[in-house]
Amino acid sequence: MALEDKVKEIIIEQLDVNAEQVTPQAKFIEDLGADSLDQVELVMAFEEKFGAEIPDDEAEKLTSVGAVIEYLKGKGLDKKD
Amino acid sequence: MGVLDGKIALITGASRGIGRAIAETLAREGADLALCDLQTDWLADTAAAVRALGRRVECFAVNVSQAADVEAGVNAAVQALGRIDILVNNAGITKDGFLARMSEADWDAVIDVNLKGTFLFSKAVGKIMMRQRGGAIVNIASIIGLIGNAGQCNYAASKAGVIALTKSVAKELAGRGVRANAVAPGFIETRMTEVLSAEVRQKMLDAIPMGRFGTPQDVADVVLFLASDASSYVTGHVVTVSGGMVM
Repeated sequence: MALEDKVKEIIIEQLDVNAEQVTPQAKFIEDLGADSLDQVELVMAFEEKFGAEIPDDEAEKLTSVGAVIEYLKGKGLDKKD
Repeated sequence: MGVLDGKIALITGASRGIGRAIAETLAREGADLALCDLQTDWLADTAAAVRALGRRVECFAVNVSQAADVEAGVNAAVQALGRIDILVNNAGITKDGFLARMSEADWDAVIDVNLKGTFLFSKAVGKIMMRQRGGAIVNIASIIGLIGNAGQCNYAASKAGVIALTKSVAKELAGRGVRANAVAPGFIETRMTEVLSAEVRQKMLDAIPMGRFGTPQDVADVVLFLASDASSYVTGHVVTVSGGMVM
């Protein structure tokens, strides 16, 4: 599965939203109805599913779907299965 | 048929005293258990008693004040038992002494086990419970954390800290279906209190309206209530179990 699809799948499951809502521009809090604890949970889910550690100062910046995809690509995680 | 049928409970400091009574009480109500203590051989008697009740039990050696140890123990427990529905933070120590004579080491040791240990387990298990969208955390505090005690400034501070931690966790995780409550025992007959002098014991007894010391079972019964769905709308609460000594 492509990294984008994997990220979207996690977001859909965690935030209980529809696939159409999860666009790259969508912001977790403003557009997808997340609260701050949901965001923490999302980061935990990304860490778990991608086997990566996301430092707190980086996690704070991951406020939209696109930001997460870019960040994980930047770490080279799209090269891994 | 028990009120905890199908539930998995993790209990720290389960080798004796209140922790052992909690283990046997939760098991009697149908829970399978993960037991933690500094050494697994200390847990042999509790584990045997739980198995005799027909419940599954796994034992883990964990130093509750070491984050890596706690993480490893919790991961191993989940691996073995699949999930954690109930966490009882019971591990606790005393190192009494008057403020003017209390060493930094004795202060640190008590805070590390009683308060930091509760934090570390709440964090590790809380994450799992958040994902499960449900769980009950029961922390063993003490009436000393509510009223203070001469000669126990470290213990009192640690238990007051546990109470504040409990309330904060309760607020943070309520939206995820996770409850957190504390039990504040009074004078309970355990190894922790048998070291006290006859004079201190008599003074305590005089201050207890019900006129008797508590038993580990008195505490375990309240833990059972807070761990079960019978208390499903109760969170952030501190229940004193002190025969009326503290109200």
